[in-house]
Amino acid sequence: MHKTRNLLGHVYMLAFLLFLIVPLLVMAGAAFNDSKLPTVVPWRGWTDRWFIDLWNDGRVWIAFRNTILVALAVVALSVPIGTAGAILINSISGRWRAALYGMMVAPILIPGVVIGISTLLFWNQLSVGSGLHLSVLGQVSYIASFVMLLVLARLQSFDAGLEEAALDLGASHGQVMRRILLPHLYPAIGAGAAIAFFQSIENFNVTLFTRGGADTLTVYVFSKVRSGITPTINALALLLILVTLAAAVIYEVSRRRKERRERMLTVEE
Amino acid sequence: MHELLKRYGTGLTTIFVLLTAFWLLILLIFPNLTMFESSFRPYLPVVDVGGPKDIYSLGNYMNIFGGEVPMSIFGFEVLVSARVKIFILTVFFSVVVTVVAFVLAYPLAYYLAKVVSPRSLPTLFLLLFVPLWVSEVLRSFAWYIILTLKGPLNGVLMQIGVIEREIRWIEGYSPVVVTLVYTYVLFMLFPLYNAMQSLDSNQIEAAEDLGSPWWRTHWRVILPHAKPGIASGAVMVFMLSAGSLLVPAIIGSTSGNWFTQTIQGVMLEEQNWNGGAAFAFLLLIVCTLMVVIAMRLFSVKLSDIAK
Amino acid sequence: MSAGVDLDDVCCDFGTFRAVDHVNVNIQPGEFFSFLGPSGCGKTTILRMISGFIEPTEGVIRIGGKDVRGQRPNQRPTALIFQNLALFPLMPVWENISFGLEVRGVDKAKRRARAEELLDLVELPGAGDKMVSQLSGGQKQRVAIARALAVEPQVMLLDEPLSALDLKLRQAMRAELRAIQKRTGVTFVFITHDQGEALAMSDRVGVMSQGRLQQVSNPRDIYNNPVNGFVASFVGENNILSGDVSTPADGFAAMSTSHGRFRARIAGGVSGSGVKLYVRPEHMKFTDTAGAENSVLVTISDVAFEGNFISVQAISDSGMHFISELRNDGSVPIPEVGTKLHLGFDASKAAILPDSATAGA
Repeated sequence: MHKTRNLLGHVYMLAFLLFLIVPLLVMAGAAFNDSKLPTVVPWRGWTDRWFIDLWNDGRVWIAFRNTILVALAVVALSVPIGTAGAILINSISGRWRAALYGMMVAPILIPGVVIGISTLLFWNQLSVGSGLHLSVLGQVSYIASFVMLLVLARLQSFDAGLEEAALDLGASHGQVMRRILLPHLYPAIGAGAAIAFFQSIENFNVTLFTRGGADTLTVYVFSKVRSGITPTINALALLLILVTLAAAVIYEVSRRRKERRERMLTVEE
Repeated sequence: MHELLKRYGTGLTTIFVLLTAFWLLILLIFPNLTMFESSFRPYLPVVDVGGPKDIYSLGNYMNIFGGEVPMSIFGFEVLVSARVKIFILTVFFSVVVTVVAFVLAYPLAYYLAKVVSPRSLPTLFLLLFVPLWVSEVLRSFAWYIILTLKGPLNGVLMQIGVIEREIRWIEGYSPVVVTLVYTYVLFMLFPLYNAMQSLDSNQIEAAEDLGSPWWRTHWRVILPHAKPGIASGAVMVFMLSAGSLLVPAIIGSTSGNWFTQTIQGVMLEEQNWNGGAAFAFLLLIVCTLMVVIAMRLFSVKLSDIAK
Repeated sequence: MSAGVDLDDVCCDFGTFRAVDHVNVNIQPGEFFSFLGPSGCGKTTILRMISGFIEPTEGVIRIGGKDVRGQRPNQRPTALIFQNLALFPLMPVWENISFGLEVRGVDKAKRRARAEELLDLVELPGAGDKMVSQLSGGQKQRVAIARALAVEPQVMLLDEPLSALDLKLRQAMRAELRAIQKRTGVTFVFITHDQGEALAMSDRVGVMSQGRLQQVSNPRDIYNNPVNGFVASFVGENNILSGDVSTPADGFAAMSTSHGRFRARIAGGVSGSGVKLYVRPEHMKFTDTAGAENSVLVTISDVAFEGNFISVQAISDSGMHFISELRNDGSVPIPEVGTKLHLGFDASKAAILPDSATAGA
């Protein structure tokens, strides 16, 4: 009955996917083209010299290191903060809750430019100069929101009676948190950490304004694009895409494995 | 507060409150207040800061005026300042991006929510997610390569004979709009999908059974249900587009300037932090307005953004 | 070691709503005590006050003679079995059971051993490594009990633990819980809305309504000698006649109703008009001829065979609907629908009662 429409749907889906992926393929392809300008047409022959150039580019390595350090710092800060926020808001109700929730979610809606500038100005007034530490603080302000949302969603499926049962059996509040609540939240905290990490890596707007002179990968690519492109950027891009793909595949495989395990456990009744 | 103390004890509650306070006050509220306050102070050399010349004024905001340039609005030729023109065009084209993103994402969201079998969903989503994880920089760069004068788009078009000489695609606002749509369409897709998913398929079938043609079913049954998703998606896409710096910087040109570039110029090139603060604040106001409008239009609350 | 629980004039308010109203009761150490009442009568609130999750607004709660005001739940010598059991889903059964020991710093080997002991006690040997999701309803119950027993509480508190189980399981668990209580000797405070449960398991029952204790007594007394109409109606079936009462003599009084004159025992302080008389179905007997007193002419309207008893419904000429229960042992003839018979009862088996208590029993 809906056959034609379903077919159209499939076609559209395919077209959409192509639309998303083709530009990336083009960019990846240019990493191998022996032409000084990044392009796939005209094709001048396979080469791997761009990858070699990339390997030798000292600035890239520094930028890479900075990016990782910033991301780790962001994860280290935003996970506890977001979790604390979620737990806090879960136990409050009424007008306070709505207000707090609004404030916690607002950073996601604030343009990165604004976050970057406001962070810079504020800490500058406290005589803290710009640099990657400010980038971390600026990024945490909105990345913690993501963590908070994830943990809050997970909290909704938590039976508070378990906490009461643990207390009743004599556990201290710390023990209840460690043995009962946190284990339940681990999936959300793990997801939050992953999201925080990747969000931090790809952040640009906040970092640009707060970084002082230091480079991160995004800023580096940006400045190279503006100054003078060689396909080393494409080589870098391809590598990053491959890492993303690898992460995606790992995630999918582990998810499927978990699903299969869960299915087996419930059958075994 | 009482609930918190009972549930978690004094120690843990203090930790939670402190962390949250640090976040909301130190990372969010105070910086924005500082920016707000700075935006009213003139750009002074360090020695003069705090002195008699350091008075509050709207000077930084007035900066947006000046340097008149012609602009046509709905066919009328008006003379506005260059910066105002950029501001208006930024907002306008961000709306365009939002609309285009919606048009592109809606059919796909429906398809994913209602047509696809639930088993293939995770894989499909993964495929859709991967481009999202690839950094914005790279996505903008990819389009730059495609659209550049000597790039593949021109190459292919010339080879199949559609055009004879390379077309300068990277001119004006069109490439910016296209790249913005490409970069942010997924932020419209996922909220839409989430909203549609909660719609009971029986309602759609009931409408069909009562004789409704497909477009009416969408207009009267599906779209209204998807309203929160539309609001959420629209707000996200608009905000990301208007606030995007990477895309217009990489793929824009002098004839297609974005307001964020203006801000960047003032902040980083002129090193006029207070001036930059003022413009940044203007951007914030526009985005907040958009949020409020979307909330009113679609009667949604801040409980959107389900990522 | 078990302790008694004393509630001295305990009240609990939620805003303007008084959930528990001047409750006084002394639960003996080693006793199986049930609070019985409909939803909202305050029994859950009492349990939560004893366990420490709520503090009473007035009055004193003593466990083992000590005033426990201010003691948090993790400091009290009580263990609570929650209605939905609240077993920890991410821990295997033995960790669930030994959790109370874990928080007290007992080392792993000892904990595991104790868990196995308790699993034997609740007749679930070897189930230690299973996950909670792999257990059936009855098994989860027993794990919950084992978990509570592991901390060697002086008082066990049970919040309607059997209400989620199906009928057969419920009956089996009743016997089990009773057996475990006898074996361990721990004071059990049990709350339920199911009167059969309360009567079958308890040493004493406290019937509650709207925050007040109506009667505290052993199950036989509660059933045979209810002190007011609420207890009489809540526990067991009744035939209820309404009328005016004469002055009592020797604990009996005459009552005139629109269905005839009746004589029954009368509780103190009951007088006047609009008063109710309660007589249970099993005390209603059919005769061919009218009895000396308490006899009504009725037409049999329905006879239902319910297994071990037969429920007979009859309507008097005055329009009153009566229920009678006859034992299925052939000792009495079963009436047929449509026959006219005399239905009567012994005055000592009927009671004229006030509606409900205005002060705790």
